[in-house]
Amino acid sequence: MDLVVARPEGLYCPPGDFYIDPWRPVARAVITHAHGDHARWGMGHYLASQDSEGILRTRIGADMPLQTLAYGETLEHHGVRLSLHPAGHVLGSAQVRLEYHGEVWVASGDYKVEPDATCAAFEPVRCHTFITESTFGLPIYRWPAQAEVFREINDWWRANAAVGRTSVLFSYAFGKAQRILHGLEAGIGPIVVHGAVEPLNRVYRQAGVALPETLYAGDLAKNDPRLRQAIVIAPPSAGGSSWMRRFGDYADAFASGWMMLRGTRRRRGVDRGFVLSDHADWPGLLGAIEATGAQRVMVTHGSVAVLVRYLREIRGLDAQAFDTEYGEEDDVPAQQGEASS
Amino acid sequence: MKAFADLYARLDATTSSNAKLAAMRDYLRDAPAEDAAWAVYFLAGGRPRQLVPARLLRETAMAVAGLPEWLFEESYQAVGDLAETISLLVPEATQASDEGLAVWMQERLLPLRGLPPEETAERLPALWAQLDRRSLMVSLKLITGAFRVGVSRLLVTRALAALADLDPKRVAQRLVGYTDLAHRPTAEGYRALIAAESADEHAQRGGQPYPFFLAHPLQAAPERFDELLGPPGDWLVEWKWDGIRAQLVKRDGLIWIWSRGEELVSERFPELCELAGCLPDGTVIDGEIVVWKHAPAALAGELFDASAGAVPPAAGEFGVQPFALLQQRIGRKNLSAKVLQDAPVGVLAYDLLEWQGDDWRQREHRERREQLEAVVEQCPNPRLMLSPLVTGDDWADLARQREASRALGVEGMMLKARTGQYGVGRTRDVGLWWKWKIDPYSIDAVLIYAQRGHGRRASLYTDFTFAVWDGAPGDPERKLVPFAKAYSGLTDAEMRQVDAIVRKTTVEKFGPVRSVTPTLVFELGFEGIAASSRHKSGIAVRFPRMLRWRHDKPVEEADTLATLKELLE
Repeated sequence: MDLVVARPEGLYCPPGDFYIDPWRPVARAVITHAHGDHARWGMGHYLASQDSEGILRTRIGADMPLQTLAYGETLEHHGVRLSLHPAGHVLGSAQVRLEYHGEVWVASGDYKVEPDATCAAFEPVRCHTFITESTFGLPIYRWPAQAEVFREINDWWRANAAVGRTSVLFSYAFGKAQRILHGLEAGIGPIVVHGAVEPLNRVYRQAGVALPETLYAGDLAKNDPRLRQAIVIAPPSAGGSSWMRRFGDYADAFASGWMMLRGTRRRRGVDRGFVLSDHADWPGLLGAIEATGAQRVMVTHGSVAVLVRYLREIRGLDAQAFDTEYGEEDDVPAQQGEASS
Repeated sequence: MKAFADLYARLDATTSSNAKLAAMRDYLRDAPAEDAAWAVYFLAGGRPRQLVPARLLRETAMAVAGLPEWLFEESYQAVGDLAETISLLVPEATQASDEGLAVWMQERLLPLRGLPPEETAERLPALWAQLDRRSLMVSLKLITGAFRVGVSRLLVTRALAALADLDPKRVAQRLVGYTDLAHRPTAEGYRALIAAESADEHAQRGGQPYPFFLAHPLQAAPERFDELLGPPGDWLVEWKWDGIRAQLVKRDGLIWIWSRGEELVSERFPELCELAGCLPDGTVIDGEIVVWKHAPAALAGELFDASAGAVPPAAGEFGVQPFALLQQRIGRKNLSAKVLQDAPVGVLAYDLLEWQGDDWRQREHRERREQLEAVVEQCPNPRLMLSPLVTGDDWADLARQREASRALGVEGMMLKARTGQYGVGRTRDVGLWWKWKIDPYSIDAVLIYAQRGHGRRASLYTDFTFAVWDGAPGDPERKLVPFAKAYSGLTDAEMRQVDAIVRKTTVEKFGPVRSVTPTLVFELGFEGIAASSRHKSGIAVRFPRMLRWRHDKPVEEADTLATLKELLE
């Protein structure tokens, strides 16, 4: 029997009578990670990883009805054996493993296979059926090594600082921002963060993730000389807003997997695009799927049709589409670029 | 190749002219002359003929990347550029070639032209394996002729002038013809571009034209002209012809005809070469080539005189003919006697750049005009005509006369500063030309198909096909008939909104094209309209673009084919 089916409320586990990352209010929800399109407000009961608790409570409410599990810890519910395993996407992100009468399904939420220091590394979990995302499900998406990208970011910052120009780097406030902070060379200059990034840094630090010392942008006066050597980490929504005026002469950049393409980079209208994603690239998706040993693959949000066809025709797997409300629709990359980047 | 690819990346990453100038200067300063020669060629708009057919590039890329065709196509649709798609799909090279742009062009890429397909397919992978991703993308763009990087010729001119400490006008003069198809960039040619000025430079110019001076659009309301432009008496006013801008260069007993793209077009207009007989050596005329049917002498004088507010009855029948006719003629490889008879051309002269071998561009426009009138008068060939001056009591009077533009087959008026010099490109420091165009035709049309765009619109549905109704409102049988494609005119925000609606209202996908449930109405503008048997609607429009999104208009209220056909009159 199918352990997960698509319902109007979200992905549903019939024997366990609970949902995974539902987009409408339901009684019981298992949450893979705390990004807004996966963790929504209004559920009767939440189950999530221990590492995600800090973020979830910051975003949904301190008193939310939340139960947590450590990675690998198991729980039985209506005969369904459930455990959570690292997905390598952001702090606390988890794949949900379900086992019922010997049948194993894994719902991966969003995942990234290259390890980074700000969250537990992706762990392949053997299963019969694997539910995968497909955000970057086209062979044009092949990430450079992140060490290389961080070198580029630091070089860009250093060059700007040398001529007294602020470096403003736009990135999603939760996950990507902390990953960038971790990769910055603190010796180059002051590191300044936007108000949307600051509270998340606090949670990461409490969870034991080493982040360099940061200044809160609101604490600096408009002409503070420190700004001329500084890098500023801000969410994309700050771009073009009056908030930017305080930096005077600045160079800007955007960090996202979508920056792989010249068109999206130009549409962003920033000076530089850094290819840095918290999702798997094409080889990453294919490798992760293969490592599960699954014969059946359900594909959610992203390039659904492409990945399904590829898995069926080239890999000979039983692949199907799952209609969800995660990330962006079908083949729309980087329009907002916020929910999935 | 890598240095040039890095230059491309720097230019591509900025919209600031100063940053682009700095990038070009840095590159040109360090590059060997043979590489700089090619770089200037490409940056200034040079395009070699396509070296490898796109089909062969695709097939080779699929084989190298090990991808099925459908997946390659999906990738291409997301990227929106063939060169970039291939550079992203083939395995990244482990080692990058140290050879420069000139070696790559001359020894690796140009020799590909005309090779048997099997041989090209065999050579390409080995070439690709020597280029890092960025260099690969740039070299593919050179191969496909799709190299564009947002640098104007004027900017290249300024970069060279700054590098060599020369007057930009001098550099512009030297650059003329540099990007001509027949010209192959060389180190020697590049050195000549940046060489110190010599005394006899002017004498050695052969058939070289001058850089064209270009006009700026004038969009203000005529009521504000007095305040913005001063009295009409400060300006020489002419009709804005809808033809091909050209320079006639007569020197050493020969005549050369150059188009605005600095392409030598003498052979396309054999009847104009007759003018060599009546123009003295050392004469350069700037004007417009149009298809012109001569009116009986009695009518000729009044043909373009709209001062009385009425259009002479013979307009349209004689005189300047629609651009479509000229276009047909340009498209012909062989100019048969019939074509020459059906679409005879003439030149409407409006400026004199050289007279008796002297460069007249620094003289005032009124002085050039006076001499031009004398030159035209002394040349009895009817194919050379003066672009007549339009006079009016005040701006309001001129605005009134301008309303006759469409009936006269012109695009509006040109205003040229009476005391201005003849500048270079879009400069406005020594002289000023305004183009005061009439409003475009406009029609409310329905979006019925959408296709994803290219470049910065890649993967957004931004290229649209528009339709009008073939019957009146209330007719239950009426259908939408496509008549124009347009992709420009929307803001970025509107583009995203329309893209989202296209995705939500898709009915069918045919390859890259989606048909949609008709819900969106746009006001389309276009410059010209002609009957056409090649289009389903029976109509072809020129330069269609979106003027605005008619949120207020339901699909049923969009215009009809009948309305469109009325514009044909």
